[in-house]
Amino acid sequence: MRRLLNDPYNVVEEMLEGFCRAHSNHVHLYEEDGRVVVSNLAPVKNKVGVIIGGGSGHEPLFLGYVGENFADAAVIGNINTSPSPEACYHAVKAVDAGRGCIYLYGNYAGDVMNFDMGAEMAAEEGIRVETVTVTDDVYSSKNIADRRGVAGDFFVFKAAAAKAAMGADLDEVVAAAKKANANTRSMGVALSAATHPATGKPMFELPEGDMEIGMGIHGEPGVRRGKLQNADKVVDEIMSFILPDLPFEAGDEVAVLVNSLGATPLMDLHICFRRVAQILDEKKIKIYSSLVGPFATTMDMCGMSITLMKLDDELKELLDYPCNAPYYVKK
Amino acid sequence: MYSDCILGKEYFYEVIEKIAGRIEEKRDYLTELDAAIGDADHGFNLSIGFREVIKKMPEWKDKDLKGFFKSVGMTLLGKVGGASGPLYGSFFMKFGEPANGKDQVTFQELFEMFNQGVQAVEQRGKATVGEKTMVDALRPAINAFKEAMEQNLEAKQVMKAFVDAARQGAQSTIDMIATKGRAMRLGERSKGHLDPGATSATMMLEVFQECFPY
Repeated sequence: MRRLLNDPYNVVEEMLEGFCRAHSNHVHLYEEDGRVVVSNLAPVKNKVGVIIGGGSGHEPLFLGYVGENFADAAVIGNINTSPSPEACYHAVKAVDAGRGCIYLYGNYAGDVMNFDMGAEMAAEEGIRVETVTVTDDVYSSKNIADRRGVAGDFFVFKAAAAKAAMGADLDEVVAAAKKANANTRSMGVALSAATHPATGKPMFELPEGDMEIGMGIHGEPGVRRGKLQNADKVVDEIMSFILPDLPFEAGDEVAVLVNSLGATPLMDLHICFRRVAQILDEKKIKIYSSLVGPFATTMDMCGMSITLMKLDDELKELLDYPCNAPYYVKK
Repeated sequence: MYSDCILGKEYFYEVIEKIAGRIEEKRDYLTELDAAIGDADHGFNLSIGFREVIKKMPEWKDKDLKGFFKSVGMTLLGKVGGASGPLYGSFFMKFGEPANGKDQVTFQELFEMFNQGVQAVEQRGKATVGEKTMVDALRPAINAFKEAMEQNLEAKQVMKAFVDAARQGAQSTIDMIATKGRAMRLGERSKGHLDPGATSATMMLEVFQECFPY
């Protein structure tokens, strides 16, 4: 194992200690719960509370997006594992400013169970919590409601958080999150597995020279495995699934995110982005804004995902709205 | 005859301690099963949860069985996360309910404890038999428990039928296509693999049988 770790049972706590110290100008740990990372500005007066969360191992997702005009709190689970109901509930207690809260997270069975139980606990105290799950991963299911959430989390969180920061009420924030999710599509490729800190072993077997198309950010097996191909061919294949799915068509404007799953270098990502841009130019789809880098990872996993979000005036305004978080700043 | 078969706190303490030990032993095995069709964390997360249960158990010794199992369930719920946290958490919280105010239960009451625990898992996970989940071990097991009691088998034989049915149910998940949980996204590719949740559930029931004093 080529990881810099101590006791595998303490990885999450040690990471959080370091994170909150390094970014103490933005965030702190909630006094009542060591698994809730809270913005120093929360609760923000008269604002809907925006709570994101999920398993550890996907940094900078989720904790890197807690800050001014972005998420008010992130709830942190064990590695690849949703947080507990109590932690989800504590996040509400930490950030609710009287206008209710929204839970935003990727659509996984465990996350849904735990966040739902957290929302039930908040409801018992009369705090309204609504949920929007992100379902951007095209290859994970034919049925959109069953799809899992991957790097598209970023766009959905950004849009919903901006809406809340503008002073919208909870229903309007929910509507913005749903709209952002409905217009976002992603797909990824894995070239190697992440190492589990406890077992020291790869989380799945993927022989050198193979790639797996459709892999999720938790290292769940994808849908098709084949020989590794060059960057352009991989991008072509991924785009051939993403574009017709929404569909994205001539005249559309999109935001593009080319994301590293952890170990894939920026060099490779930009080579891939170049091909994405060529394809979009050819299809007469206009790139409104671009992001290239590690936004939703799986530790030391090697691979890349492409996310497109189709924009209208409202979504453009939400993406452009200024924010300041440890791993994303928009001026 | 089942009313003479009494199970005290010591039995349940031993069961929980041994389950924790078994999870620790089988941690990497469960994680490997999960790596094949899920997200490679099942064994590790259960181990985090049961380590915490063992650490806190001495504080719970004055509680009645309902209070004890509520604490076990709440600890798993708080520490395990994922789907396993709510599922095993709900199982143990409900498992204790028929033992409200009691330090010992009859065999008949033990059945009721398992019955409520299994129902809690079914409700929380919204799963039924055939979906490649822990319900595929738990539902046939509890049905077999009931049938064996209706046939007036000895308690020891009832426990055997209970665990045999869980094992068979777990094995039956190999041929199933998952329609619940993370593996459902795999479709056909989930076939040919043992379900990690059905496997860990069976391990726990096996411990209840191994520690059974009759």
